[in-house]
Amino acid sequence: MSALPHKVGAEAIAEKGWLVAHKWLILRRASQIGILLLFMVGPWFGWWIVKGNLNYSYTLGVLPLTDPYLLAQMLAAGQTPEQLAWVGVAIVVIFYLLVGGRSYCSWVCPVNLVTDLANWLRTRLGLKGGAHLARRTRYWILGMTLVVAAITGTIAWEMLNPVSMLHRGLFFGIGFAWAVILAVFLFDLFVMRQGWCGHLCPVGAFYGLIGKASLLRIKLPQRAACNDCMDCFAVCPEQQVIRPALKGINGAAPIILEAQCTNCGRCIDVCSKDVFRFGIRFGAPVPGVSGTVSPVPK
Amino acid sequence: MNSETKPKGSARRQFLADTARMACGVGLLGLGVGLYARNATALPPAALRPPGALPEAEFSAACIRCGMCVRDCPFDMLMLAKPEDPMATGTPYFVARQAPCEMCEHIPCVKACPTSALDHSLTDITKARMGLAVLVDQETCLNYLGLRCDICYRVCPLLDKAITLDPQTNTRTGTHTLFIPVVHSNACTGCGLCEKACPTEIAAIKVFPLYMARGQLSAHYRLGWVEKEKAGGSLVTPDVEHQYHMPEGMKYEYGKGLSVVPPGEAAPGAVPPVPTFKALQGDKL
Repeated sequence: MSALPHKVGAEAIAEKGWLVAHKWLILRRASQIGILLLFMVGPWFGWWIVKGNLNYSYTLGVLPLTDPYLLAQMLAAGQTPEQLAWVGVAIVVIFYLLVGGRSYCSWVCPVNLVTDLANWLRTRLGLKGGAHLARRTRYWILGMTLVVAAITGTIAWEMLNPVSMLHRGLFFGIGFAWAVILAVFLFDLFVMRQGWCGHLCPVGAFYGLIGKASLLRIKLPQRAACNDCMDCFAVCPEQQVIRPALKGINGAAPIILEAQCTNCGRCIDVCSKDVFRFGIRFGAPVPGVSGTVSPVPK
Repeated sequence: MNSETKPKGSARRQFLADTARMACGVGLLGLGVGLYARNATALPPAALRPPGALPEAEFSAACIRCGMCVRDCPFDMLMLAKPEDPMATGTPYFVARQAPCEMCEHIPCVKACPTSALDHSLTDITKARMGLAVLVDQETCLNYLGLRCDICYRVCPLLDKAITLDPQTNTRTGTHTLFIPVVHSNACTGCGLCEKACPTEIAAIKVFPLYMARGQLSAHYRLGWVEKEKAGGSLVTPDVEHQYHMPEGMKYEYGKGLSVVPPGEAAPGAVPPVPTFKALQGDKL
């Protein structure tokens, strides 16, 4: 069973109350489900607020949004988009430069709901261990998909991509895409913790690269208050990003600058000592001094 | 890792081994993805692309699988390919027998496309070439059987241009006429209305993707009658009128047969000598 000495997040709930200790998680689920609903009300009720899917969408006839990774594959395959798609990709890149590249993963992507469920179940069932893969595997896969697009002259990864397959499937008919999604679920449940989103997915890897320069970050203005309860580590989908900023390893500033952080905010929720906050990357606070950074509302 | 405690060469070895392992694993995955993608880019015969779609090889690179064309089709006849469909997942298609393209004048599907997958220079829907209708089964086509079905001809949006009815003798009755539907590729858009409307259990006229429906003459072929028209006259030595070797004092006329040359007319012997084959060919022989 669980090697942790206590239930993850129990301290935070006792300290801050259940609602505050789940604030970002609730907001995140609201965002994920809300975005799905926005796409859903069109086919369901004929209210066409958004058309298209996560690859490219057009909102209220004014706002084009294009997936930059898809556009990169398209360019690699030797084709160019029309003007609206260029505008769409510019908006998306600027947006994620502001809010953090992998915010896409934790706040938008529908597969995150699936893999979070797998991870929750994995914890509940006390499943430990499994296969090992380097976290950087996703960058290799990302590179591979671009090379394959260039060689075959097709957007080859779209044949398999669970992200677009699930999102498209929900609004255009899912077909056997459910089997692909089930495979991802089972992989994350039995084979590897955070296997898909944290190790393999090239979509997340691409957004992570955008996020390297992004403005919104998790800051640790009160890292001196850390009582080593390890709750943040237990809930973090990219555990490797926490330790350097939290412990000041090699003089690291109290801010998580790693591209892989998904800005999910779960660490903020579960910390009873309020070590973590959302903040902007500039003007790193002095360690141990509180109130130097105010949280940026989502 | 404990690489700091090991000699430098060992760390390098480890790095190279890790990199090689990663490259091989991901490379294998890439090979699978690539082969799968290559196999799935051939359009199956029953599937047609929306108007203005690029040739299939380019289409699968230009289409970003967003479904905007599907959403903006007022007749809701476009679908996105599911993973199990035998074409690139997420790309739009329609099946003429289920729901054909209604050929909207303003082509909203093309306008909705955010890429060049549906060619935005297509502004006249009659210039679309989604496929080509082919009367595939002459044994079940009602017009071939001698009936005046004519439905494909009547429903065609390019009436009397894309499909014409060509009269032929009904050799079964000997007295009636067959009105054979003939598709003309210079007008047929491949919309599929004819296939949808064909009243037989399985359509006798079907729309196929162009690569399946069309033949092509070899590049060196010339149509003699076209060349003749272009040149304003025959390009080869004219045929010599056929000469008969008749018995002396006899002549042959078409439809009349042999007759005696009346006195006073030129005797056959007086006919100018027939140019020999050698004389026609000259020195070339």
